[in-house]
This record gives sequence, C-alpha cells and structure tokens, in this order.
Amino acid sequence: MLCQSCQKKQATTHIKSVVNGEVTEYNLCPECAKKMGYGNIFADFSTDFSSLLGSIFGVGQQQVLPDAKRCPECGSTFADIARNGKVGCASCYDVFYDRLLPTIRRIHGNTEHIGKAASSADESVRIKNEAEELKQQLQQAIDEQEFEKAAQLRDRIKELEGKQ
Amino acid sequence: MNNREVIISTRLRLARNLKNYPFPCRMTPEQAQQVAKKVKEAVLDGGSVLANRFKYIDMAELTQEQAVSLVEKHLISPEFISEAPGRGLLLLDDETVSIMINEEDHIRLQVIMDGLDLNKAYDIANKLDTMLDETLSLAFNDKLGYLTQCPTNLGTGMRASVMMHLPALQEAHAMGRIAENLSKLGLTLRGTYGEGSEPKCAMYQLSNQVTLGISEQTAIDNLKNIALQLSSQEKSSRESLVQNIKTRDAISRSFGILRYARLISNDESMRLLSNLRLGAAEGVIKKIPLEEIDKLIRETQPATLMSNAGKRLTPAERDSARAEMISKALSKYAV
Repeated sequence: MLCQSCQKKQATTHIKSVVNGEVTEYNLCPECAKKMGYGNIFADFSTDFSSLLGSIFGVGQQQVLPDAKRCPECGSTFADIARNGKVGCASCYDVFYDRLLPTIRRIHGNTEHIGKAASSADESVRIKNEAEELKQQLQQAIDEQEFEKAAQLRDRIKELEGKQ
Repeated sequence: MNNREVIISTRLRLARNLKNYPFPCRMTPEQAQQVAKKVKEAVLDGGSVLANRFKYIDMAELTQEQAVSLVEKHLISPEFISEAPGRGLLLLDDETVSIMINEEDHIRLQVIMDGLDLNKAYDIANKLDTMLDETLSLAFNDKLGYLTQCPTNLGTGMRASVMMHLPALQEAHAMGRIAENLSKLGLTLRGTYGEGSEPKCAMYQLSNQVTLGISEQTAIDNLKNIALQLSSQEKSSRESLVQNIKTRDAISRSFGILRYARLISNDESMRLLSNLRLGAAEGVIKKIPLEEIDKLIRETQPATLMSNAGKRLTPAERDSARAEMISKALSKYAV
C-alpha cells in the first residue's frame, strides 16, 4: 500500500485516531509519519493536534490539489491550511467554507454553533442561539424533573421564537 | 463542598481573535505588535472592576526561569515561551486570570479557580469577554461561532478542565478504560506533570473536546457531571485502599521522607506528595490542609523554585532547596 500522504513510498505506519468517537485510519511511510509527529509510537498524539489535522485535511476525498484560489485577506491557499492544520484568518472560513466543512464535522460532529454570540453577529443569530441554548437547558430541566424551571424556560423560548 | 479531596482546581479558557488581523500563523511582526497593543488597552482601559489589578508582562523581557515558572503554574502554555513577536501576558494580581496575547489565537483568556467551580470560572471569563467585545471587533461567523486558528476550537472557543487527584483509580489501573469511555462523551482525560499514561503524582486533567454545536452552559454541566462521577468513583476506591496496611505504611513513610530528607528530586517529591495528599484527604494523616500540599506541589517544580530563589540553581541545589522547603512546611505537623 502506498503512503496516503506522499503517494510515493510504501506505507509502513498505520495510524488509527479516534476523534470525538469517530475513527479515522490512515497509512503512512516512515518519512511522512515522522514529519507528522508519529515517528515515535509512544508520542502523545493529542499534544500535536495540528499535524494530525494537517493529515486529516489531506486524506480520502479531500485530496489537496494544487490550485490557485487564495484568500484575498491573508493570501492562504487551501493547500497551506491543509499542510499545517492552521487556518490563516477569519476570511479563510468564508472563502474555503465548503472545503473546511467535512473536517469541521469530523472534529466536532456538528457544523452549527450554539451558545454565546459576539456583538457583531446578526440579531437573528443571537436570538436563535439563545433559544437553542435555552432548549438544551429545558431538556435538562425536564430530565431532572425541575418542572417549575422548565415552565419558565418554555415561556422564554416562546417569547424568543416570536421575535424571529 | 467543592470536592477538594479529589478535585484540585478548575481552569477555563476562551479563544478569541480580532476580525481585522490574520491569525497568529500569518501575522507580520508589526501586526502582532498592533494586536498586543489593542488587547492590552482593551483590558487595562476597558472599565472592568478588575482593570487596575492586571499587570502587563512582555514575554520577551522574562528570564527563562520566570517564563517556565508561569508554565508550571499553568498560567501560560509551554508553547507560549518560544520566541515570537508581540507576545504579551496580562496577569491578574492573584494569578486567577491570565490573558495570553498572540499565542495560537490572538486572545487566550484563562480563569483558574480552586476546587470545582466551573460556573464561577465561566462567569468571570464571560464578563471579561463581553468587555473585550465592546472595544475590539471579534472574529465571529453566524454559523461557526467564534473563529479560531485551529478548527478544533471553533464555536464557543471554550475549553474547560478540571484537575483531579486520582491515586486510587490509578492504583486499580482503571485510567485507560475510563479515558476510552470519556472520549465517547466528547471529553478527554490526560495526565498532568509529566508524560505517560500513569503520571507520578496521579494528577489528571479532565476537559471538554467538542466546542461547536454545544453551548457553554451545556458543556460545563456535562463536564461537572462527569467530574463528580469520577470523583465519587475515586472516593469509593479510596475507602478500601486506605484500609490496607501497605497503603497506610506508604503514606506514613512518605511523610517521614518528606519531613526529614535533605535532598529530594522532583520525581520523588511528586510521588511522595501524592501519597501524602491521599493520606491527608482520607484522614490517615491528620491536620495537614490539602491547600498546603497543593501549594508544595506547585512551588517545588524546578523553574518555580529557581524563579522564587531569583537565580539559576544546579540540579543538586534544587534538590536541596526543595527538601528544605518541604521539610519546613511539614515541621508544623506532627503525625
């Protein structure tokens, strides 16, 4: 089997990683494995997450092809991001949104934020996030049989949803 | 009731970036300096009640010992020491809040609390974040939440962790199995102080892994729940462990060595202080406050010893200074 990173040498290192319960497996040659920080099988994978990510970006259907599309703000190409596992700037998330999404889903199991929103976020997003958060709390209140709290949360959610 | 017998401290950090600057991996040195200046001003002039209690530290001006000591106290990350332009630290006078500027993200705001206190830690972090949001324009995407250099932090940008002392579970070789189960719940458990699956001092860090699609409050509630469950498992394992004469012997011997040794290495002191902490928490050894033991664990780390001594020490001098400090602290307590 060929190395999934360089596609040139024989793969001798088999890496199995479990991120958020999802198993990813890949095969690497000794050089690529070393480059990504897997030279020593006892190395602590989790502390070197960026190189792990770099390789996740690069496997399977997410083949990194040489392409000229650059982020107009910071000049990063998708290949740059995939190589070091680091996104260049806030705009990169817009420019390469579709290509980053599979990786984001793999890491978090989700692709939509719930929780606090910055003041720059759209009003509707802030209302939606607050409602989502309250729904999570509502479920918890029901699970814990705190019905009075649940009723208050339900009223607040209705009020927020009326604004949307 | 914050589970001090098992839970040592709570840490919570928020990752934030400024919208109009590239992330640190693509910043020019000039841009890094500008970001440092903006964040520094936003905190010091932001009108927070804490503002005048923050001190700004330019990382380039610290000695190696001072910088490593900050890592040992978990106030900054090990990575933050490596040379890079525009790195600064805003540190609250009691060291409970630290804000790293230009680490992996422009802003890494961290709150540390004693024992288990996730809600209070979030409350403090949240207020400071809201204050920063008023003056700085933060990178936020309506779908992906707060934008970060590494996609692992997208969403809330919040990583909360609880430091736990788990000697009984470690003794039962249960850590591997527990860590595996926790990963299915989106949490991680790893040893602190040193590499390896079974750290010498049985200190572990439990933290949330998923930051996108789960609100701050839910992530905190999950973490708290699991920390309390782990804590009660640890406590019930301790009950039988401390009945064992071998364990009681090891605890008393640890006290003896710590109290009377003249030279003690960091490895040995960590192992023995862990035994002592178990003994003190479970009443095998009476009257030594856990806070005192935790303070000894923190302050006998190599760079912190040197930083407090104000000079470089050879390994032998460190072992001597460490033994002296521990011996002095324990001399108040007869067993």
